[in-house]
Amino acid sequence: MASQTHPLDKYLRTEVFPHVMCPGCGNMSIANAFLRAVDKVYGSFEKFVFVSGIGCAAWIPSPHFKADTVHTLHGRPIPVAMGIKLANPALNVVVISGDGDLVAIGGNHLLHAARRNADLLVIMVNNFNYGMTGGQLAPTTPSGAVTITTPYGNPEHALDVSKIVAEAGANYVARWTILHQIQLERSFIKALQMEGFRFIEVLSPCTSRYVPRNFGNLKNILDFFKKNTIDIQSAKRKGTIGDKILVGEFVIRDRPGLLRSIQLLREKALRQWEGKRK
Amino acid sequence: MKTMATSLKVNDLFPPGRYLLMGNEALAIGALLADCRFFAGYPITPSSEIMNFMAKYLPLVGGTFIQMEDELSSIMAIIGASWAGVRAMTATSGPGFSLMQEGLGYAVMTETPIVLVDVMRAGPSTGQATKSAQGDVMQARWGRHGDQEVIVLAPAFAQEMLDLTIEAFNLADLYRVPVIILPDEIVGHLEEVVEIPNEKSVTKVKCREPKTPEEPHFGGDGINIAPFPTLGKGYNVLVTGSTHDEKGYRKTQDPLVHRKLVWHLVNKVRKNKDKIIKYEVSGEDNARIGLVAYGSVYRAAREAIELGREEGIKIALFRPITLWPSPEEILRKFAEDTGVDAIVVPEMNTGMYVLEIERILKDIVPVYALNKIGGGEPISPEEIIGYVKKVIRGV
Repeated sequence: MASQTHPLDKYLRTEVFPHVMCPGCGNMSIANAFLRAVDKVYGSFEKFVFVSGIGCAAWIPSPHFKADTVHTLHGRPIPVAMGIKLANPALNVVVISGDGDLVAIGGNHLLHAARRNADLLVIMVNNFNYGMTGGQLAPTTPSGAVTITTPYGNPEHALDVSKIVAEAGANYVARWTILHQIQLERSFIKALQMEGFRFIEVLSPCTSRYVPRNFGNLKNILDFFKKNTIDIQSAKRKGTIGDKILVGEFVIRDRPGLLRSIQLLREKALRQWEGKRK
Repeated sequence: MKTMATSLKVNDLFPPGRYLLMGNEALAIGALLADCRFFAGYPITPSSEIMNFMAKYLPLVGGTFIQMEDELSSIMAIIGASWAGVRAMTATSGPGFSLMQEGLGYAVMTETPIVLVDVMRAGPSTGQATKSAQGDVMQARWGRHGDQEVIVLAPAFAQEMLDLTIEAFNLADLYRVPVIILPDEIVGHLEEVVEIPNEKSVTKVKCREPKTPEEPHFGGDGINIAPFPTLGKGYNVLVTGSTHDEKGYRKTQDPLVHRKLVWHLVNKVRKNKDKIIKYEVSGEDNARIGLVAYGSVYRAAREAIELGREEGIKIALFRPITLWPSPEEILRKFAEDTGVDAIVVPEMNTGMYVLEIERILKDIVPVYALNKIGGGEPISPEEIIGYVKKVIRGV
């Protein structure tokens, strides 16, 4: 039998496949859209560095992507990514991690990286719970939803992460579900070519933990993604979103990224020093 | 038209010569001389002068300074910078040092060379932010979960803040291990004359990159250490804090891989300790009492020797400059060669490093602890000699 190959195989450590994601998990379809985007924009992983935290989504790049990948501590991929990018601006640094990692334990770093407009692309897989540890409550779990630590329903409110990151100062913020493959790929293509902080949230089914407890099966959550999301443009036309989840591009800005700002001040510092010496 | 330089040399800012400098400033200059070009930190007394200094001078020498949102992110940012191939440092004190333990463990596991400064203040918790103590000596050694070794240096003079910082960067690179510089507040804040060297004369021993794609990225046999494959060079590095093999693949279910990795992390420091350890022996011949002191207490101990001499008490003094790995064999030799009747360990804590000294010397000579929770008062030479006299009466 001839060996099967995929056009995107060159981006993968094929020796680690089959991957260990659960059947029906959205992680690898997000990876697929991302790799298609990289292939169109760059055609290779040269100069790419992937940084991830702890959790299922953090395993998308590590070890599957055939590139430099840094699998860090729980909640800390963004500061590591900042250190890498600031120390070597030639690198293209992408963070891929989950909602628990980036919003709960790492929430402060996310907020401040967006405020700084740090030159990173951050892809957040939002599966509404902590999948790897058994399906616990996350800051993104909707009110009333059942998780293993909210067995009678979630008494708290979920954070609208994309809205907050947009408010905090990111240059680009978009939210899609895994069903929006075309839009997702376009967002990746756009974000990959921008400077500053770029944040893409992808709603994704956790078929082992969250889906059985709240949707019964995969089809139901995918139907929910279809029916209960509304594009920002149509929401604007209608003037209301009701109880639907907003998807689309939240913000597109052209503010200088942190690196450019630091470089300008470095030049100013040198001018001041030269001036003093004369 | 003359174009402006894109960056300055360290000696453009500080020409070789003698300066009156605070310990923390001397340390920062040492870092610049050692090619440290990335600093991430979070303000905390009594270490802030280091970051203030780096904020001002790093941009001028082509480096990058960033003030992070907390200590958790500060240490992770320098780990990222180190993997990007730039020498990197952070500085903190007690409460921040506690937060940085997380990142230190990650640096140990990923064999990342970094330099961390903990200017010790009085704890526990927020304690006394501006007062000196030596209460982090055990935290520096044992503060993380899991088995590991790090290198810890204890400067006692402003000049050493500069010299040992250069040394710290070299050790970090040589052994791919975090190096902790552990001055107490007194050493951090005292002002002394410091000789700034010509930067061309500064010894820099740096990590080597892999020569072939086959070379391992991690691990080794304890003595030989894998080259450091920095990011963006096409090595396809897999960095992870989970148990991994020599190419970085996670192997968390394999007992042999875990065993080999942990013993490598520990042995690369233990088996090289003869090359790592620095110490000093001074004092009198035919001494009756041996003092073991480090950091600012070493300064008091030196004066205690003079006081003893006036009273006819002969004292020998052993000073560990490298606190960890501890100088076991050297200390035993010191006790045996001097033939002292007792060892006295004065410390600004309730008895920490003395536990290590007892462990090492218990079969050779009795060990006594002089412990002071000063609350802002250092240990004086008079207190040391007073305690030595008590010990002599008791021996």
